[in-house]
Order: sequence, then C-alpha cells, then structure tokens
Amino acid sequence: MAEPKGLRQVRLKLPASPQDIAALQLGSVVYLDGVVYTAREGVYERVLVRGEPLPEGLCEISNANFHCSPAAALEPDGSYAIGGVTATASFRFSKYMAEWLDRTGTKIVIGKAGMPREDYQKVLSPRGAVYLTTVGYGTGALLGRGVKRVREVHWLEELGIAQAMWMFEVENFGPFIVDSDLAGNSLFAQQGDLVNERIARLYDGLKPPALHRYGETDDRKREVM
Amino acid sequence: MIDNATIEEAAYEIMKKAAIDIPEDYLEGIRGMVDLETGDLSAFVLKAMLDNYETATEDRRPMCADTGLPRYWVKVGDAARFSGGFTGFERALRAATARATHDVPLRPNRVHPLWRNEHNNNVGINAPEVEWSFEPDVDWIDITTVHKGGLFGTDYRMLFPGDGIDGIKRFFLDTLIAFGKRGLACQPAIVGVGLGGSKDTCMQLGKQAACLRAVGDRNPDPKIAELELELKELGNSIGMGAMGFVGSSMVVDCHIEVGFTHTGGMPMSVHTFCLSSRRATARIAADGSIAYRSDPQWFTPYMRRETIEWPSQRALDKSA
Repeated sequence: MAEPKGLRQVRLKLPASPQDIAALQLGSVVYLDGVVYTAREGVYERVLVRGEPLPEGLCEISNANFHCSPAAALEPDGSYAIGGVTATASFRFSKYMAEWLDRTGTKIVIGKAGMPREDYQKVLSPRGAVYLTTVGYGTGALLGRGVKRVREVHWLEELGIAQAMWMFEVENFGPFIVDSDLAGNSLFAQQGDLVNERIARLYDGLKPPALHRYGETDDRKREVM
Repeated sequence: MIDNATIEEAAYEIMKKAAIDIPEDYLEGIRGMVDLETGDLSAFVLKAMLDNYETATEDRRPMCADTGLPRYWVKVGDAARFSGGFTGFERALRAATARATHDVPLRPNRVHPLWRNEHNNNVGINAPEVEWSFEPDVDWIDITTVHKGGLFGTDYRMLFPGDGIDGIKRFFLDTLIAFGKRGLACQPAIVGVGLGGSKDTCMQLGKQAACLRAVGDRNPDPKIAELELELKELGNSIGMGAMGFVGSSMVVDCHIEVGFTHTGGMPMSVHTFCLSSRRATARIAADGSIAYRSDPQWFTPYMRRETIEWPSQRALDKSA
C-alpha cells in the first residue's frame, strides 16, 4: 500500500455513524468496510422520476452511494465476477442529490472529481453527508480487490451492467480522499483556487489569438473576427 | 496463409493485456514523475496508481473499470495473406471484443447514442472502430488495441498561421487547464497533438500521437521533436498535478503528428491518454505465430508518407 506522505489514514465501518462522519478531515485517506451500493443517473431516474420503489432494506444496509459502474460479468452459475471498479464523474448527478439523500438517508457519496462547492454547502452538509473521491482515476484493480461479494443487484436487466444498482460487500475498500466535510468545505475547490492563482502568468508573453473563437468565450453575441 | 481464428486469438489476447498490464514505457515515466512531485496529494495519487498497476497484474484484473472505447488499429503488410478476407478480419475483431468483455471482465461501455441500449459486449453500430494501414515489403499483420476514456481531455481548434507557436502553446495550456481541473483528464497523461490536415485528419493524428507512440519516442523532424519537449515542460509548469491537486505531474510525454493542411489555416487537436494508458499490440507472422508487445510502432516512415513521391505508373513502367 502507498505510504501517504503526511496524509491521515482512516478506516471506516459502514453504515457510517454521524460521529465518524463528523470526524473526517479534508485530504484524509479513507478505507471502507461494510456494504456500498452503486447508483447513478439510471437508478436516480427510476426512483426519483418514475417513482419506482427503493430496494427493500437499502437504508438500513448501507448509507454509502458510489457513483460507479463496475467491470462485471454474469457467470453461468448465476454469480457475478467483478474485475475492476472505477468511479464516474459525480457533478453530472448534482440535480438528483438532495432528493436522493432525503429518500435514502445516504451519508457518504463516493465518486470521481467531486461536486460543486455550493452542493456541499447547500445539499450534502445540511443533510450530514460528505463526499469521498476515488484516487487516480482510478485505482480500479485496488477497488476491485476490496469487493468481497455481490450482495444484491437491482435493475440489471432494465439498465444494463453499467447503470444497475450493485450492492457490494467490501473490505479495506479504498483508497478514497475526503473532499468535503460537514462545514461544506471542498478540497478540490481549495486546491483549484491555489492552481488558479498561478494561471495568468502562464500566458505572459504569448501573443493574443488571431481570431476570437467560440470556446474562448461563452458570449454568443461576440463576433469571431 | 494466416487463419482467421489466429486473428481472433491475437485480438482477444491484446484486449486482455491492454486492460490489465500497464505498458513498461508509461510505468517508467510515472516512476520518474513520483520522484519529482513535491505536492503531497499529487504524490500520494501517483503512488496509489503504482500500487494499482501492481495489483492489476497480480490479480489479472483490469487496472481501470472504465473500459473507455475499446478500438483497433491494424497494419497489414503488402505480402500478408489471411483466410477470411478483410470482412472476415473485422468479424474476428468484433468477436474478440465481445468475448474479452465477458471473460476479463471488461465493463460494457458501448451504448446507442440516442436509445442508450447496448449488447453488453462493447460491440454495436460502428463499434469498435477499426482503422487500417499498410506496410510495404513485409508479410506480417500488426493489431493494436487501445482502451481510452471517452469523455474528457480532448479538444480541437482552428488556429491560423499568424497564431504561430504562441497560438499552439495557448491552446495546449487552455486544454490542459480546462480538463486538468479535478483531474478530469486523468493526468499525468501522454498528450498527443495533431497539427494540420482537415478537421477529421487533425483529430485522428492527435489521437494516434497520444495512443500509438511510446513515452520517450520523438518525432523524426528535429524541430518538432524540440517542440514536443517544450510543450511537455510547459504542461508540467502549470502548477497542477494528478487529480488537479497542486503539483507538477501533468504530462508524461508529448507527441506531435503533422499533416499538410489548408494554406490559410493551422488546425490543432489535443488528446490526453490517461493514467491507465491501455494499449497492446500483437504481430502475427506469415506462419501464424503471434508475438506480443506494448509499443504499437505505428508511425513507420511509410505511415507518415515521408518516403513516397508521386511518379505516375506510366513513368514507372517506362523506366522498368
């Protein structure tokens, strides 16, 4: 396992308690034990838009929603082979999160690249939830090794392997990095701010482009000339 | 005569190898970057990725679960003969893709763009892509597969001759900064730059530059080779590392490919190959034996059409 230089390491049991979640600090490295479920736009649409019921007992079994599509295959004996496990970019699911957290009691959202800082302040932290990001992206083999068993899978036929809801029993499942805390801070946003401070000087001395082009402006009234 | 079943076997094996084994050149590149990285978070990410490569090889499981868009580049020697013809060849590649998707397993990523239905095997309408090229004076076939992510890290812009090298640097920075934030480009990456051609050629050249040249390989034009190194340095001076954290690890290497273009323009494309740069190549000899490697060796002098002039057949016949 990688030695995180100066980074704190935490091992967390799922479902995570409010105390455990409150204790998470930005930039800490987290490993999980327990049950994690996957859900992304396909599942959100089924439940929140089409009104289909949640799998029975979901709220008691797990409070960690992974924005993930596993590399999985159905074996002839009816079991599932899980190869790699990698997250998908979470900010695309922003519009579903408030209602989803309310419906499921989810307290840990795991995915790729975080969500907007405003979502942490307005949606996640008021509901006692935090965001963990996968590392890399992604450590598909390390995470795949952490999945010990597929407990249940829902909407597999309707949504396909990538969009179905998978419930994974996991052990030492990680690494993840804490991106948000209950105060609504965001590690990605903080790091982005630091990077942004240095951007302007990179363009010093480069002459301006010959023509203005779409992509350099989002003002549609501007001319290309 | 190369049997069609041999082609399918080679394609199946490289699908597996690409998904599981990180190419040595890229691994060495990342190892070199860890030592230079001063950002704590970025350095942790790189070390976790090194662990991940090792785990993938040990467990024989894919290093990344996002299969990307698996595809093929094929180079056929002028003297190569194969039993199934070109359409049989393509059928073998589709069969290998479907089988490997189930057996590895790989995530079935390919869906219809509108109806979102899929066959759960990475095969469908116009998928996987198969690009063909040819090689004079040889009797082998090279098949390369690449599994590259499909959402972020690629862009195109029409620049003009007046933009010059500054314009190239500007667009290079624009793309890396835009997609480097939060690590959407899955950097540090091999960055491919396409310059010239028409828009589609430009995209194709940049993609091939990113995916089909190994770390350390330089363009044969010394001035372009110099620009490759300059862009690499520029990318690593942004102040951004893995996952967009503060750091210096953005570009493992930069490769530029060029094509003659419209006299009034200088189209440019930028492509980032990811932290799980998945590529593998099989060479099938005329006797049907297969040798595997991770360097596609795609850009031969013939491939760049550097060595071909334009004598007409009539002139050639006359001199013969």
